[in-house]
Amino acid sequence: MKRTQTMRAALSRATSVLVAGLVLVMSVPAGAEGPTVERQASLDHLLRHDCGSCHGMTLKGGLGPSLRPEVMKEREEISLQAIILDGVPGTPMPPWRHELSPEEVAWLVRRLRQGDAP
Amino acid sequence: MIGHRSFWRPAIVALVMAAACLGRISLAPPAHADTVLRGTGDLGIVVARAAGRLALIETTRRTKLATITGLGDLSHASAVFSRDGRFAYVFGRDGGLTKVDLLAQRIAKRIIQAGNSIGGAISQDGSLVAVSNYKPGGVKVFDSRTLDLVADIPAIGADGERSKVVGLVDAPGHRFVFSLYDAGEIWVADMRADGPPELTKFTDVGDLPYDALVTADGRHYIAGLFGEDGLAKLDLWHLQKGVSRILPGYGRGEKKLPVYKMPHLEGWARAGDVMFLPAVGRHEVLVVDVRTWKEVGRVPVHGQPIFAVARPDGRQVWVNFAHPLNDTVQVIDVPSLKIVHQMTPGRAVLHLEFTPRGEQVWLSVRDSDRVDVHDTRTFERLSSLTVDKPSGIFLTARAGRVGL
Repeated sequence: MKRTQTMRAALSRATSVLVAGLVLVMSVPAGAEGPTVERQASLDHLLRHDCGSCHGMTLKGGLGPSLRPEVMKEREEISLQAIILDGVPGTPMPPWRHELSPEEVAWLVRRLRQGDAP
Repeated sequence: MIGHRSFWRPAIVALVMAAACLGRISLAPPAHADTVLRGTGDLGIVVARAAGRLALIETTRRTKLATITGLGDLSHASAVFSRDGRFAYVFGRDGGLTKVDLLAQRIAKRIIQAGNSIGGAISQDGSLVAVSNYKPGGVKVFDSRTLDLVADIPAIGADGERSKVVGLVDAPGHRFVFSLYDAGEIWVADMRADGPPELTKFTDVGDLPYDALVTADGRHYIAGLFGEDGLAKLDLWHLQKGVSRILPGYGRGEKKLPVYKMPHLEGWARAGDVMFLPAVGRHEVLVVDVRTWKEVGRVPVHGQPIFAVARPDGRQVWVNFAHPLNDTVQVIDVPSLKIVHQMTPGRAVLHLEFTPRGEQVWLSVRDSDRVDVHDTRTFERLSSLTVDKPSGIFLTARAGRVGL
């Protein structure tokens, strides 16, 4: 159910972007509307496989802590965004700023908190 | 095919009957219908991590023999083999320990022994299998035949806190050695006596040991440190000498780069008197003289190395890399310390494994759902097999090697 809603939301977002004639090249980060559908798929892939190399493929934790929604909801969105963008000094958590835009990170954090990560 | 089979069947039955009459073989059917008698020396498994499956492969004809399902969460899964090369013990992220029968092509036994685990080892005599756990942090030791619990070693450091355990290896003398990630300690568990393991603990070995290796002779245990430069070395012949620091310049050093994936030390590479180690956070492979434990060179490479593995003859070292440069594999020529070959199999080359004598190397190319086999002399691709999101490749030759 949740997944269907998300997909529907993603589709409607994509449609509105199309209607507005704002189709952007894939590599260009989308604006306030969030990442494009294609980019969302690659962010999901990143989350599962690359974040997953420390946080576990199901994000339940590994060398790094759990990223499950019950844990993520305990933290402020803004501080989670800062952790992803700038890393946590003194720990293995690296900064992702040169690879991910702030909008993409905001989208990832919302996804983690909602618990509909792939 | 059917025609052939119907032609041959009476002939085979007659032969079997004749042989049985001579008392040479039994009439009992084989354990698996498609199986004829075979060894396991050319068998191996490839972890299909997203699907919780293993591909059973053989390296003589380079084929996939079977798919074994039902192994749970196999992210970051690894395996060791029974000393007869028949069983694989697979350690899954979900705390699962699965004993797989390679000949019967099925799971022999599976238990969930913890909430979150990272790897394991098999004892020198093959009787015990140990698993290192993140949650709850510690090591559990099982009877390799029955998977019954033999010992539970909670990893409570000198700080009184429970620690995640990494870098678990077997060592001669019926011992297991492992590192406490959070506490910065190395423990040696001696399993020789009946009763609880005899533990020797080394504290303050360095900040955040993230993985470790034992040298092929089983003498030296070396833990990589994430939190500071250098590595921690323990001489297992002389425990009383304690842990010493080697390569104080090794580590993230002055040019600190973000680390997107921890290097693995298990697939360490020794070639002659030198050892090759992936640098943390640098685009370099370090070369260490194992007689003096001093750094004798650095090889600039394509990205942050994850595995640096020597071909069994020691002439080449093959290296794969961390995200986002993980589509590439480079080959270092050991005598010249030069990169002699570079290939781009596809995104996310996660692991590589040589055949026992090194004529082939098997590469898992995760995002292409492919395992590639290359000739290590010509670098030519010999075969490709389809495996769903492949990660670790483990061949049975590991059964006879310390630390693997």
